[in-house]
Amino acid sequence: MSQPTFLLDGQSVPFDDGQMILEAARAAGRYIPHLCWHPDFPPHGSCKLCVVKVAGRHVSACATPARAGAEVESDTPEINTERRTLLQMLFVEGNHFCPACEKSGDCQLQAMAYDLEMTTPRFRHFFPDRPVDASHPEVLLDFNRCIYCELCVRASREQDGKAVFALTGRGINKKLAVNAESGRLADTDFAANDKAAHICPVGVILKKRVGFAVPIGERTYDRAPLHEVALPKLEGDT
Amino acid sequence: MSTPRKLRVATVSLAGCFGCHMSLLDIDEHVFALLDKVELDRSPLTDLKTCGPCDIGLVEGGVCNSENVHVLREFRAQCKTLVAMGACAINGGLPAQRNHLDVGQCLSAVFQSRPGMDTAEVPDDPELPLPLDKVHPIHEVVRVDYFLPGCPPSGEAIWQFISDLLAGRTPRVSYPLLHFD
Repeated sequence: MSQPTFLLDGQSVPFDDGQMILEAARAAGRYIPHLCWHPDFPPHGSCKLCVVKVAGRHVSACATPARAGAEVESDTPEINTERRTLLQMLFVEGNHFCPACEKSGDCQLQAMAYDLEMTTPRFRHFFPDRPVDASHPEVLLDFNRCIYCELCVRASREQDGKAVFALTGRGINKKLAVNAESGRLADTDFAANDKAAHICPVGVILKKRVGFAVPIGERTYDRAPLHEVALPKLEGDT
Repeated sequence: MSTPRKLRVATVSLAGCFGCHMSLLDIDEHVFALLDKVELDRSPLTDLKTCGPCDIGLVEGGVCNSENVHVLREFRAQCKTLVAMGACAINGGLPAQRNHLDVGQCLSAVFQSRPGMDTAEVPDDPELPLPLDKVHPIHEVVRVDYFLPGCPPSGEAIWQFISDLLAGRTPRVSYPLLHFD
């Protein structure tokens, strides 16, 4: 029996039973935007950037199993406008001051804003007060840029076996916390070679003393846009 | 056939560093093509102090004091198309990094608490515009038609943007000219 397929923006995408829409699309070389999803972890479904429309309903592509014959809309003006609005809300909620951020050019939030041509934050900025944690000798935490994707929380708990990070509070009072009595990263067993130290899609978890080793203008998303970088390398790619 | 009317353009730097204006000059020889099509109204380049009726207003910098508010409202009232040019106009930028601090404490830290300035006072000359408690992106104060990100936007991005506007197209700056830094 031939492999089942669904339609993504009118084009056929094959999938394996149980595979999510986003995964199947990626495997077929088709990009669906995402921030909290990572190939090494189960779907989280919190950022909602991967939202697609299936049979008139909005669903998260990372957490919705593909179904044979389904018609999935993703790269449409309607969905991309909604994604841009989500990005704008993420930008005004934190302090995303790109000109002073050493992650600029390697940041997925910024690169997605470029991809979706977000030119204005549109909403009123919150300008929250979020002190940085520079206590750790090798790693700096700048909470101003956190988008609560929980990738560091999941990486530390599931892969490093340490549970260094957690989200505390609810709704607008939610924040990233460090699991130590003092609340300082230096008082945990966090190490610079942990998985959690390298998974932040934005500029919260930063290795010290290498911030500008790669100059601005020669970074990941200076060379290619996110929708190309985010896809897995296919056979025959160089 | 008569030559088309030149468009009137005004520019201003509010709470900015003039970097966007420097970048505007970085359009190099395009400046001749630009001056064939536009004439400048109020701008640091003309040193005019008030803005007349204009087709396009380019605003650099956010809103950090009372004078910025007046100038920005004048631009909105006079310009058919108002553009937020650069990071500060769009999201407050560097000046907005004081927004989580108390403005009174900022002033006393700068003017009174530094070594050798123990007896100094915070300047209160009536000619000085009063600082606002927060620095605001310009779209929080007036309606803005278009946004041109960058810190500063490159000369190339500015030229593409202005060329679109002058030609009557919806201006669009996309990858790889679109930058927030």
